[in-house]
Amino acid sequence: MNPEKHDFEAVPLGWNRRHLLSLEELSAEEITLILDQAALFKQALVQRRTRLPLLPGKTCVTLFFENSTRTRTSFSLAARRLGADTVDFSAATSSLSKGETFIDTAKNIEAMGIDAVIVRHRTPGAPQLLAANLRCSVLNAGDGAHEHPTQGLLDIMTIRERKGKIEGLTIALVGDIAHSRTARSNIWGLKKLGAQVIVCGPSTLVSPRWAELGVEYSYSLDAILPRVDVLNLLRIQFERQYTRPFPSVREYAHLYAMDRKRLEKTKPDILILAPGPINRGVEVTPDVADGPHSAILEQVTNGVAVRMAALWLLLGPKEKGKLF
Amino acid sequence: MPSLLIQNGRVIDPSQSLDRVMNLLVLDGRIAALDAQPGGEQQIVDASGKIVCPGLIDMHVHLREPGREEDETIESGTAAALAGGFTTIACMPNTDPPVDSQGIVEFIRGQAARADNCHVLVVACVSKNREGKELAEIGQLVKAGAVAFSDDGSPIADPELMRRAFEYCLMFDKPVLNHCEVRELTGRAVMHEGQTSLVLGLSGMPASAEEVMASRDLTLAETTGGRYHLMHISTAGAVDMVRRAKRRQIRVTTEATPHHFTLTDECLRTFDPNCKMNPPLRGKDDVEAVIQGLADGTIDVIASDHAPHSKEKKMQELDQAPFGIVGLETTLGLVVTKLIEPGLLGWPKAIRKLTVNPARILGINKGTLQVGADADVTIIDPAVQWKVDPREFRSKSTNTPFAGWQLTGRADTVIVGGRIKFRRT
Repeated sequence: MNPEKHDFEAVPLGWNRRHLLSLEELSAEEITLILDQAALFKQALVQRRTRLPLLPGKTCVTLFFENSTRTRTSFSLAARRLGADTVDFSAATSSLSKGETFIDTAKNIEAMGIDAVIVRHRTPGAPQLLAANLRCSVLNAGDGAHEHPTQGLLDIMTIRERKGKIEGLTIALVGDIAHSRTARSNIWGLKKLGAQVIVCGPSTLVSPRWAELGVEYSYSLDAILPRVDVLNLLRIQFERQYTRPFPSVREYAHLYAMDRKRLEKTKPDILILAPGPINRGVEVTPDVADGPHSAILEQVTNGVAVRMAALWLLLGPKEKGKLF
Repeated sequence: MPSLLIQNGRVIDPSQSLDRVMNLLVLDGRIAALDAQPGGEQQIVDASGKIVCPGLIDMHVHLREPGREEDETIESGTAAALAGGFTTIACMPNTDPPVDSQGIVEFIRGQAARADNCHVLVVACVSKNREGKELAEIGQLVKAGAVAFSDDGSPIADPELMRRAFEYCLMFDKPVLNHCEVRELTGRAVMHEGQTSLVLGLSGMPASAEEVMASRDLTLAETTGGRYHLMHISTAGAVDMVRRAKRRQIRVTTEATPHHFTLTDECLRTFDPNCKMNPPLRGKDDVEAVIQGLADGTIDVIASDHAPHSKEKKMQELDQAPFGIVGLETTLGLVVTKLIEPGLLGWPKAIRKLTVNPARILGINKGTLQVGADADVTIIDPAVQWKVDPREFRSKSTNTPFAGWQLTGRADTVIVGGRIKFRRT
């Protein structure tokens, strides 16, 4: 595929959504469409074509009610590379501290002429609430422990690049499954594309109910290591835990940290991902995180490409030459 | 007051095992005669094709006044009650200030008298300031007219306080009403813990949070001999516990809300704050157990747990939105549509749970059409089809998950103390 500008004249047929709220609601075809689009953008970026002015005059706002550096920067960069303007909005400095409601805040921002709201919020369903109340596009950049669709997409993109496929792979998500939005987006996306998904972690954070949803669960990392193709090491979400679900970080690391010794038990071509920010020594030891099996930095690069694809699909012209 | 003849209705009065078509004569605010013939100066109410029953009683209502008049007032709440077919409602004490003194009880009764819609019974606090620490002045509250005691809105967490409440209320023959929830087990959760909460990434309230406290309460009721009423029962396990406790002659009664026999936690998939209530909407097995409990008599009462919240408060992020929905104006329609029409509950059994059973629990001389009783009468059109439109509610709040539902059955005429207080036009 040649990422010349004519490849991007109109949003491909088969994409009809105004919002990107979750991977659970997308079809396998829609997910593949985003991934293919992201691959084109990545190719352009690799060729140092860092500006593809496909969305001139469009304005996106990042409406973040939780701290983030990586995701926010990634979205802002993605928008700018497409020629769109971005504005950052932080909850701490806003009228929310003066008692304004979440919906009123968003409506006010929309009234300033915004084409897309990229929202991160501590509460599951907050992006859905915005989508129901705003006319512009809404992109979920993480809602509580519910979903983080662009993170799921960039993880899947990285796996697809490295492994050449998703179908038939055995992929384990390890760690704080209960509180992880990344886990949920990965689970739905990977399952739709035909992977076998295992969730693995302490029994207080891994519900047996996952089996009802066609997801294997395990409490033992050592037991599943020999048969997995990909490991995705999730961060412990201390900030979302109401009560401490395990006795100590030390004990957790003992049971679940991916270190050199555990690496010896894996398939030789194991791929290791971590959505970050990683706690070195807790989920993964530095030698593994920086080793040849790790794709942690590639994930970050792919994040920009995936977010460009998402913005383009939501905001790009449905017909050639009709951006407005 | 002129006499009133309610003609040709199907009179259902479970308090005297009555279920047949007849005329009912009302004179001077009382039921004067059954099988009466027309004659003299009478106002005739034609009830052909309708059901005539004792005025419906809702023993679990939040009227919000004093303190949160933006959500509901005693006047608007009692107007909603009439439109829903209720002639008597019991209001919960989680107002601001809470109902823990004679003055507040008298204020509520005064406001209800001024509103002059339906009867309002006051449920007062078990503990001072509803803090769950020391008993409120229960004797004084009884004197002021309180009919039952509850810290509703908060569970009674301290088992020692619960024990003393059972024992102390025995002196006055009053029931203790508890909201069963072990708060340590529910934390910051907003919905039922199950497959849906797992998918949505929302922390869940496990069924055990209700059942652990229900079990404690039943044990304390048994050892003290106290009168226990378990409010808004919602889990299969709790229904089973009450069933077994009744077999052992423990003095326990319980109620179910319409939302707990019609909706499951799956409703939260839309993230609609109108599906956030406490106890939460449970799983399918729990809903089936509640229906079974209603059918076999384990569950004595149907009550709305009418919990009005203004739109600006309710339509927020799920963790910010308060718990609860309005119910006075949809309860009867949901009972008819979801229990009676599908054949899960017959009319007399359903009417029993809305009249004589709550009356007996609250110790009031209502819920009956016996000659000499107060002429509180509800005439129901059992066949009318209607669509729930919150804009038509008399309640000040519209927080309902049933908007747009097509229901069968609705109150047609409501008579309170011999006077027609509501007539659907």
